[in-house]
Amino acid sequence: MAKAIAVPQEERKSAINPTVKSWIRRLIFFAFLLALWQGIATSGVWPDYLFPGPLTVLNSLVSGFQNGLFFQATLVSLRRLALGYAISTVVGITLGLLIGRYRMVEETIGSLVLGLQALPSVCWIPLALLWFGLTEQAMIFVVVMGAVFSITLGVNAGVKNTPPIYLKAARNLGATGPRLTVQVILPAAMPAIVNGMKQGWTFAWRSLMAAELLYTTLSLGNLLETGRDLLDAGQVMAVMVLIILIGVTLDGLIFGPVERLMRERWGLQK
Amino acid sequence: MFRQLTVSDSEHMEHANGKQQPVLTAPGGISLKIEDVSKVFSGRTGTVQALQLVNVDVEAGEFVCLLGPSGCGKSTLLSIIAGLESATTGTIYADGRPIHGTGTERVLLFQEAALFPWLDVQRNVEFGLRQAGMRGKERAALARRFIELVHLKGFERSYVHQLSGGMRQRVAIARALAIDPAILLMDEPFGALDALTRDRLHAELESIWASTRKTVIFVTHNVREAVALGDRVLVFSPRPGHIVREFRVTLPRPRSLEDRILVEQTAEIMAVLREAMGASEQEQERERTNG
Repeated sequence: MAKAIAVPQEERKSAINPTVKSWIRRLIFFAFLLALWQGIATSGVWPDYLFPGPLTVLNSLVSGFQNGLFFQATLVSLRRLALGYAISTVVGITLGLLIGRYRMVEETIGSLVLGLQALPSVCWIPLALLWFGLTEQAMIFVVVMGAVFSITLGVNAGVKNTPPIYLKAARNLGATGPRLTVQVILPAAMPAIVNGMKQGWTFAWRSLMAAELLYTTLSLGNLLETGRDLLDAGQVMAVMVLIILIGVTLDGLIFGPVERLMRERWGLQK
Repeated sequence: MFRQLTVSDSEHMEHANGKQQPVLTAPGGISLKIEDVSKVFSGRTGTVQALQLVNVDVEAGEFVCLLGPSGCGKSTLLSIIAGLESATTGTIYADGRPIHGTGTERVLLFQEAALFPWLDVQRNVEFGLRQAGMRGKERAALARRFIELVHLKGFERSYVHQLSGGMRQRVAIARALAIDPAILLMDEPFGALDALTRDRLHAELESIWASTRKTVIFVTHNVREAVALGDRVLVFSPRPGHIVREFRVTLPRPRSLEDRILVEQTAEIMAVLREAMGASEQEQERERTNG
């Protein structure tokens, strides 16, 4: 009897799904924000070319895509990011494994990496321009410098924290040398590696945008700069929105699912 | 049926490993001799004697239980036999030959099953075979048979986090048996399981042991478990660990925990264990007052 009464009550309480609820809250917040923005823009406190409203920005965004400029710029920037990030991943995982496995490498290259990690990656831009000029290599160099040390340190941390029980079990079952490294230490370190890679990707994205600001050929960063030159704050904001969207999408599509998988398989296990 | 399985398994291993490890081709277990083994751990806070001159002779195919309170060094002894740690003094002989480091003829099972969470059940069981260089198809077929042996057919594609504690230990047993070791070293493998699951796994272990005749060294702090499983029960005293008494259990198998003789023997061993712990405490007390 008690159950029969309790069930409908339960149902009435959660008539709206909690995820739907949280989305509604989010929607209301952003709608309010947009309205506030539009209100300030139309109030005329600042001139429209300095503080455009959301409709102007949306207009810029649409026309930017219509004339193909935004699409091309996105491709250029993403290509640089992908190339630089791929190099960083390969170098970072190799370096991290070596630092984590060999005391000698840790005491030498390890301390160098720690030092360089303390340097914001935008600081590499002047040197990159001196060394490579205004070239593709300079951009990729900056991306690599932004990402590689985070990945290296992530891998190193993962290797250092490999649960000893896995190592014991693996050695016990006949695993030795490089096979122990590849088949046990590397996968055991995966959660820390993914963490480092995520941090590395954030740094890579930021340093690329900074580098592209100084660059003259078409790219996302460069579109920000040309927007300033043309006194077109609408374009600047439109590109900012685009950069945010790309960042959030990559984060959600790639790192979100991977992290969830890690938490499930590695995390819940002692 | 199990006998047949083992014979063909050792053939597989011979094939995979070539001449490197003739031990693997031996049917069933091999003998183990622990001679004057001591272990001293030295750390920043001083030295701790974990084991003191342990001597044990284990026959091929024998089931020996090492019984003692936690911290008596019995797990350390097992690690030394497995080759994961080295003894400070003494030697261990497997099949008459002194051991050096780890070897796939001696496999250790841990209390926490120590399965690899990034591999599914099938790949976990294949792990040792892969290290031995066995080819994919052969490996997969052999692993499937051992998964069946521990009654986990249908769970080949499950991951560790999807399994219960008892199932994890079953996978660990299958993973160890797959590489056909002659000696199984078990370090309180069922210590973290509930009583019902533990009883069932006892029965399964006993039947696997009976059909494969592997040598088993089983560490536990549970007296009833030791008496239920062992041909012999060696009682350890706490630090420094050494054997204080040896019991031979000759009851027929499978043994019932309600059996009167078993209960009596359990009580007797319990008394010895208490005495050993009491003596050690007194000794520590004396050391404290003297020092």
